[in-house]
Amino acid sequence: MRRWLLPVLLLAALVGAWQLAASSGALADVFDLPAFLVPSPAEIGSSLWEDRSLLAENAWVTLREMVLGLGCALIVGLGFAALMHRSETIRDAAYPLVVASQTIPIVVIAPILVVWFGFGIGPKLALVALICFFPITVNALDGLRSADPEAIKLMRSLDASRWQIFRRVEAPTALPSVFTGTKIAAVLAPIGAVFGEWVGANSGLGHLILTDNAHLEVARQFATVVVLSALALALIGLVALAERRVVTWR
Amino acid sequence: MSVSIRGLGHSYAELRTIERLDLELEPGGVVGLVGPSGCGKSTLLELVCGLREPTTGTIAVGGAEAASERLSRSAYMPQRDLLLPWYSALDNAALALRNRGLGKAEARREAGALFERFGLAGFERTAPAALSGGMRQRVAFLRTLVAGKPLLALDEPFAALDAITRAEMQEWLAAALRGDPRTALLVSHDVEEALYLSDRVLVLSARPARIVAELRAPAPRAADRDAAITDPTFVAAREQALRALHEGMR
Repeated sequence: MRRWLLPVLLLAALVGAWQLAASSGALADVFDLPAFLVPSPAEIGSSLWEDRSLLAENAWVTLREMVLGLGCALIVGLGFAALMHRSETIRDAAYPLVVASQTIPIVVIAPILVVWFGFGIGPKLALVALICFFPITVNALDGLRSADPEAIKLMRSLDASRWQIFRRVEAPTALPSVFTGTKIAAVLAPIGAVFGEWVGANSGLGHLILTDNAHLEVARQFATVVVLSALALALIGLVALAERRVVTWR
Repeated sequence: MSVSIRGLGHSYAELRTIERLDLELEPGGVVGLVGPSGCGKSTLLELVCGLREPTTGTIAVGGAEAASERLSRSAYMPQRDLLLPWYSALDNAALALRNRGLGKAEARREAGALFERFGLAGFERTAPAALSGGMRQRVAFLRTLVAGKPLLALDEPFAALDAITRAEMQEWLAAALRGDPRTALLVSHDVEEALYLSDRVLVLSARPARIVAELRAPAPRAADRDAAITDPTFVAAREQALRALHEGMR
């Protein structure tokens, strides 16, 4: 109860303060801006309601990019982690590169991806997958390596093959870490999707923010941010739910 | 199944753990190994089970010296129960059968048939975390037996239990071995436990381990444990073993 109540109360207090500051015109005065550029939470709320079909249409596009991109990152990341776990040579060769690759701000290669893959869903998926790949791979590899060596020895004495040890001991041991990595990836997924849309798209929440920016539709921009954040929260919630269903022994 | 160890030596890099050790174990016999902590008892068991290779000397289990042959002939029961938390008690007990390629239903049927005899009836589907320490240890022993190997290698199987449960489990194991005699090597830091459960007890010195005394147990696996361990011949044997243990530590 307390876990939920306190953040909700804090959020309500912040929104309330914002509402007062915006509707009294104080906020616009401080920034020296016309009032319509500094919308109140109530105005953002009414934009959420009035533009609901436009927001939903674009949210669907972005959500699809996020989920499919995350799915690609999961398939490639888990496969790569298993490969690095299986072969020391591959791990020694690839792991430093995987870490070093994170120094490249992935968003700056978005324009290149558009050049390669065009304006369709391709570059967005690639961006989301590239951003999500790292936390998933690194956490999965850590999880696989944390398997109890005594349990592995025991499995050997119970006639287990390398694959059976992986399936019955190492993979279940790694599952909680895999879910942790996936939750981190779910937080990053909207960033990849929005940047992908900013570089070249004709739909999606990122695209909507850009066009609304040009038309000074500030209230709807805020509404879009709210929707985007709700999508990420829903995705994390879904991963957490799956974790509770799968990792029953914790 | 006989075990024959000749001139065994083992070291981890510079650290010599075992030195010139000879041991003959006749089929159906139980040999107890006691020694100070860290003297290499567990290493010795792992060597016999084919989980490690000797540095010098030979180990033959049923006449075979290759590690893979030793591994296929011996069942190793580690100090900790190492039950896999993602499997039920029954699935843990059936691990060796599953590893050998038996279907889930068949493996469960075969392992489940022994649950009653081990005082585990009704706990087949229970998660390991919900079992008491003694029950977990019984499941671990069942898992070792179900592997169906001729040699049992028991590494301080009851070390993690409280004194009362440990006494109960010793009585229980004695009864299990009376009903289903097996060749076994039993490592223990408890002289009394080793003398009660084994036919012979070998006292090992501090690292590098060598045999400093060999004692014949007065009443191996007697039905009445309390009577057996308070018998004057047992008490004398225990004192003799303790003296040897002290001398071996110098």
